[in-house]
Amino acid sequence: MNISQILFGILTVLALVSALGVVVSKNPVYSVLCLIVTFFAISGHYILLNAQFLAIVNIIVYAGAIMVLFLFVIMLMNLNAEVEPQKSKILKFAGFIAGLCLFLVIVAALKNADEKTQTQATQLAGGDIGLIKNLGRALFNDYVLPFEISSVLFLSAMVGAVVIGKKE
Amino acid sequence: MPINYYIFTAIALFCIGITGVLTRRNAIIIFMCIEIMLNAVNLLLVAFSKMFHMAYLANPAKAVTSGIDGQLFVFFIMVVAAAEVSVGLAIIVMMYRNTHSVDVNFLNRLKN
Repeated sequence: MNISQILFGILTVLALVSALGVVVSKNPVYSVLCLIVTFFAISGHYILLNAQFLAIVNIIVYAGAIMVLFLFVIMLMNLNAEVEPQKSKILKFAGFIAGLCLFLVIVAALKNADEKTQTQATQLAGGDIGLIKNLGRALFNDYVLPFEISSVLFLSAMVGAVVIGKKE
Repeated sequence: MPINYYIFTAIALFCIGITGVLTRRNAIIIFMCIEIMLNAVNLLLVAFSKMFHMAYLANPAKAVTSGIDGQLFVFFIMVVAAAEVSVGLAIIVMMYRNTHSVDVNFLNRLKN
């Protein structure tokens, strides 16, 4: 059991436990904090997979920008009172059973998936496609049109957010 | 690491997100669970990208960019998620302003 396997186990347990914390916790602020922990754990996974650019972008965009937006909205609405209406017990139980069944079905369908592939492992070392040099070259050569379209998407999202959030 | 471990981790994260969407009534928590699902998919895409890159690594001509598409897809998913969050939170703010609650059960009738 080498160091990458130990790190993988720690990061996986951290991600799953904090994702459960998002779902379970009563206070929305604690949910946001748990979600930030989840994003950091997933960034650690990216670093283990040698995708450093995506790890940094994940921290900056998700844990930085999006979570600050969530915290702003929660604190703006003064939602951290624990008066949130709960679903009835039977609906919660049904949702839990549905999620568990989906998990079991997909795991049962994919549990032998790696016997079909040529390589059964992703290694820690080697492979530099995650570096910003190669990603930037591919992004601006092969994917330049989707890149420009995503800027239009951002503009329209910004206009839409302002129009929706404006007081009449 | 075997690719199966990444598949199972991503499935577990995705199912936690689905369970959260099904069991909570707070619109903001539902939104965060959607973010968890998007991140599960991102993790799986990066793992597969690495797997295919390692598969082609013996062939030096193709090894430079093989599997880089997965990481670019993750990049675009992050872009779309950021745009989606801005519009969605604006909708939630408007909903709170109209109904003074973020309970999604108030939205079961969309008119008035």
